[in-house]
Amino acid sequence: MQNDWLYIGLFLVIATLIPVSALLASWLVSPKKPNPIKQSTYECGMETVGENWVQFKAQYYIFALVFLVFDVETVFLFPWAVSLGRLSLFAVLEGIVFVLILVAGLVYAWRKGMLEWV
Amino acid sequence: MNFWFDPVNFIAHWLTGLLTGWGLAPWLAGAIIQLIGVVVLISLMMVFDIFLVWVERKVVARFQDRLGPNRVGPFGIFQPFADIIKLIIKEDITPDGADRVVYNLAPILSLMSVLLLWAIVPLAPVIFGVDLNVGALYIVAAGSIGTLSIIMAAWASNNKYALIGAFRQVAVLVSFEIPMIATMLIPTILAGSMGMNEIVQGQQNVWYVVLAPLAALIFMIAAIAELGRSPFDLNEAESEIVAGFHIEYTGMKFGLFYAGELLHAFTFGGFWAILFLGGYRFFGLENLGPLVAVVILFAKAMFGYWVIMWVRYTVMRIRIDQMLAFNWKFLTPVAFVLLMLTALMNTLLRGTPVAVYICGMLLTNVLLGWIIVEILRGYSRGEREKIEGAAPAAATAHR
Amino acid sequence: MTAMQIFFLIVGLIILGSALMVVTTGNLIHAALWLIVTLFGVAVLYAILNASFLAVVQVVVYIGAIAILFIFAVMLTHKEMRDRGPQLNNGWWLNAVIALLTFGGLFWMLRSWNGFLKSAADLPASYDGVAQLGRALISPDAFVLPFEVASVLLLAALVGAVYIAFNRK
Repeated sequence: MQNDWLYIGLFLVIATLIPVSALLASWLVSPKKPNPIKQSTYECGMETVGENWVQFKAQYYIFALVFLVFDVETVFLFPWAVSLGRLSLFAVLEGIVFVLILVAGLVYAWRKGMLEWV
Repeated sequence: MNFWFDPVNFIAHWLTGLLTGWGLAPWLAGAIIQLIGVVVLISLMMVFDIFLVWVERKVVARFQDRLGPNRVGPFGIFQPFADIIKLIIKEDITPDGADRVVYNLAPILSLMSVLLLWAIVPLAPVIFGVDLNVGALYIVAAGSIGTLSIIMAAWASNNKYALIGAFRQVAVLVSFEIPMIATMLIPTILAGSMGMNEIVQGQQNVWYVVLAPLAALIFMIAAIAELGRSPFDLNEAESEIVAGFHIEYTGMKFGLFYAGELLHAFTFGGFWAILFLGGYRFFGLENLGPLVAVVILFAKAMFGYWVIMWVRYTVMRIRIDQMLAFNWKFLTPVAFVLLMLTALMNTLLRGTPVAVYICGMLLTNVLLGWIIVEILRGYSRGEREKIEGAAPAAATAHR
Repeated sequence: MTAMQIFFLIVGLIILGSALMVVTTGNLIHAALWLIVTLFGVAVLYAILNASFLAVVQVVVYIGAIAILFIFAVMLTHKEMRDRGPQLNNGWWLNAVIALLTFGGLFWMLRSWNGFLKSAADLPASYDGVAQLGRALISPDAFVLPFEVASVLLLAALVGAVYIAFNRK
């Protein structure tokens, strides 16, 4: 299994080198004539107004929080799913209870209006 | 050992003999062979990626009743090479106020995260990178590096549109990841393993699309959203925020994002084929030889890719509130209900004859699908009455 | 020293170095990105330890979810982004003492331990850690109660998030 990860490590290195070499090739042959207009921030030709840091909706953060909870949940479910074929009905029901508790959480968030994009 | 039935091992064996004959230590020879294998696989994918540019352009043209690229080479097949030369000799513009290191790192990570996925793809029974026993989670892990590259690109570009696009995209990516993981759990349950090769092996008798058609459908929808393609392409939304997170990228850096996007779509077509359509299996045809199996897998992946393109070029873009509501109020609950039902039915039907098992699973899916459609119909009827009930006078006045 | 040990030391140095960058860099987004390097390094450590499941979970949960959450949080706190206050606060010496004591304590405890020089026995080829973990999570003799409690804990986190969202309105 360690060999598997060595292979993936090798894959990671080569998969990084390929785009890097593409960028290098481009860097070698492309012209470099910068000027202030070219390098200004692109906003459809308009002059940039104000700061780049616009305030974002906090809703994005709320959805990321909900996601985090469910992400951790599904990670817990993977070992259960793998060994499911050899488990008794009772053990399968335990996993289903696990999911149901979180579905209850989803229903709660839904009822409280947390899933609305306001 | 025979080239036709085990080409990779045949070549590896031959190379080992050659290299150790030159006096190299066996471990070094092994490492070099591994390296060659990785380089060949990744290079093949990159060449295929170039071909995908042509496929994408040709298919979109046919969908829109155009000809598409048709000047460079037969059927315009050399068009992508011309595109690449153009991208390479384009001037690379780094905007003022960009964070240079992060700005340059983002496109590299973007393509890398897609290429990484091919490490676990079983191309044929004897041709695969690694048979990782946590394959399904590995797909998600590689995807999270892609998510990261988007947010890095947007932040480093120092551009409002880019940041808006990235925020939308990341919100969508993380949201649709939940139904996607939940539906990846279903082949995991059916095969009893997260390894891609074992999932394909498990589909010897029947493809999982028969046992879990709803899961295949939800996975496809979630995959389209993960790819940021229409109808979920409001990360780029040309008419509002121009190009989204890669607005400030030019030349080859843009090319890397574009190549990554296309290969990502094809790769997800491939994973759809592996998880639900039997991977390299096609009614015993794969037994002819591993190279035939590779062709079968690529044909199936191409079919998945074609479905993604088909949806992309026929469905309109939807708003972000609609999209998130669609995910959290429809796809996620459905995916979890489906997961629980599949787990339950799989346990209850264990030990029954194959025919009963298949019929039971299929019936469960059909029943659940029917219930969902009925609920949706009731909901849409209610919504329609709300709208039509508010303005009946106007409706009659027109007639 | 085997190749694996050298690799471990390199990864360890990367983790420590990037962790140092997290606390010393002035730019909050850069700090978050360095944190991602640290978390990825930990994933590599898990991979070295043959803990495939933990390695991918580390990437999925920490990089895919928590780091994204951090970056969102930093980007949402508009003005504070640019503020470059002093890197240290008044309690720095107390924290330094605690850190030194922790390190000293660990060093003292591990001083006579000879586990560093041993290498673990190879796992049998058929060993499937994920399936074992799955059975352990469900088995009444092992971790079924923590497993269900984890679900309740996640529910509590969700309810807490809803509560915060409501206070905001």
